[in-house]
Amino acid sequence: MSTKADCRIAFAEALIALAEADRRVVAVASDSVGSSNLKEFKRRFPERLVNVGIAEQNLVGVSAGLASAGKIPFACAASCFLTARALEQVKVDLAYSRHNVKLCGMSSGLAYGELGPTHHSIEDLAWMRVIANMTVVVPADPVETAQAVRAAAAMDGPVFLRLSRLPVPDVHPAGYAFQVGRAALLRQGLDVTLVAAGVTVAPALEAAGLLDADGISAAVLNLSTIRPIDRESIVAAASRGPIVTVEEHTVYGGLGSAVAEAVVTSRPVRMRMLGVPGVFAPTGSAEFLLAHFGLTPEGIRGAARSLVRES
Amino acid sequence: MHTYPTPSTPQETAGWAAEVGRRAASIRRASLRMVHAARLGHPGGDLSCADILATLYFHVLRVDPASPYDPSRDRFIMSKGHASAALFATLAEAGFFPLNDLDTYMQPLSLLNGHPDRNKVPGVEANTGPLGHGLPIAVGAALAAKMDGATWRTFVLTGDGELQEGSNWEAIMAASQFGLDNLTAVVDRNRLQQGDATEHTIALEPLADRWRAFGWGVVEVDGHDVSALAAAFDALPAVQGRPTCVIARTFKGRGISFIEDRVEWHHRVPTDAELAAALRELTGDGGEE
Repeated sequence: MSTKADCRIAFAEALIALAEADRRVVAVASDSVGSSNLKEFKRRFPERLVNVGIAEQNLVGVSAGLASAGKIPFACAASCFLTARALEQVKVDLAYSRHNVKLCGMSSGLAYGELGPTHHSIEDLAWMRVIANMTVVVPADPVETAQAVRAAAAMDGPVFLRLSRLPVPDVHPAGYAFQVGRAALLRQGLDVTLVAAGVTVAPALEAAGLLDADGISAAVLNLSTIRPIDRESIVAAASRGPIVTVEEHTVYGGLGSAVAEAVVTSRPVRMRMLGVPGVFAPTGSAEFLLAHFGLTPEGIRGAARSLVRES
Repeated sequence: MHTYPTPSTPQETAGWAAEVGRRAASIRRASLRMVHAARLGHPGGDLSCADILATLYFHVLRVDPASPYDPSRDRFIMSKGHASAALFATLAEAGFFPLNDLDTYMQPLSLLNGHPDRNKVPGVEANTGPLGHGLPIAVGAALAAKMDGATWRTFVLTGDGELQEGSNWEAIMAASQFGLDNLTAVVDRNRLQQGDATEHTIALEPLADRWRAFGWGVVEVDGHDVSALAAAFDALPAVQGRPTCVIARTFKGRGISFIEDRVEWHHRVPTDAELAAALRELTGDGGEE
């Protein structure tokens, strides 16, 4: 695989390109200009960078007000604070009100590993995806990040973009075209499908390679849009055989649950859900925690192998 | 883009205050009928803000019911969304939708929910209900106008108990930081919240000093005196370069002797006899029936 990159670079470049083309695009931060990689945006468009200070509720409310007057705000903050502290504002001011705001949850998942569970954002997919009118997107690499930023700006309505600071390799083939609501089958396979999103896509692809050696043919589906979910791709996966979901999130209510909802109401198959098993994570780097919870190529391989042998 | 007439002033339009008073009486009558029919609602808070709403919609705001989404309109955000009967009655009075629609308030599948929905009701600018949401949205709207060099203004009406929500103070600090002199917050200072007096719950006084300390210009007026309200709105901003807070001293349930200033009428529903008595009292309040 290619060298790894921080998707915040692609995020910032895409946002600046959008702002150059469209005066309505503004960035809104809560003392998060640096952590959201918005310094260059601020230098280029100082009048279109709003910093509301350490105030996530106000971040979302102000963004709703900006949208009500025709702006396209990208509200950027650490995902743990953005989604938890401002959850009612997300529900009422954005989703229920249908305000055209793009929430950018930075450093999501386990990215802030050592900082502890206060800073882990492993509930955000569950919270965001159960709210009506929300679109929830988790890009897996720089190319998909840039395309997701553009797609979010192009559509009318609230979008949650879950972004990471963990370096990731390119996982998509050249010419990949992201579409909201469309999962990408990155690898064909006959025996089992690994469904992942964001930082777990690359280890899922590696796991599929390892499974070849076990005589197991694994498909890999990048479910970058969690809502609206690509039901067709999930039913197709269930038709092939069992499914392993891999998420940098609690196993309750996130990607695995979303896949299971589609599976049990269409073509029930056995599943294994990998993620954080309903606990607050211990201390350690993001890399350590991903390994601790089995979200590694070896961990995914083991889960898939046992699932296939049980089925 | 829509052209709005210059807002009228007391000097220009003889009898304007009596007209606003008549509108306020109509808003009170409609609100009480709506709450009575729905068997649900917040009549105390509806009646405390009726004069404020009437003054804004019939004297101050540059809005046109024929073009409710015109980009250059003034914005009014009803942060105290539980007083939806008063807001809907005001919008219907102003012609945003037919008065007859008020009969559907909170009925199954009605567009008039217990709390306002901008996607269903023309003239509603924000979905409110949970408290402490209106001011941040108003700050965003006022900021957008500043970015565009636009001259439209943003008004937001909050309850007083509502100011116990911390999100308001985030927005109050931001409005002052951003120098939003195109933003006016009106506080319906009726001194009562759902369960008790504000000062017996979590005290808000010295309220004017608190807003001033956060960098706003403050005007305190009798919130039932439409001339005093209009004078405050005609002299915006109260302090050059700063957002303005109009603290409107009001009484919950204003206009009905047996409802006024009684905490239990926060969400009590009038009986048939109480409605009839209330409407009789209001007929003498400058409103013809």
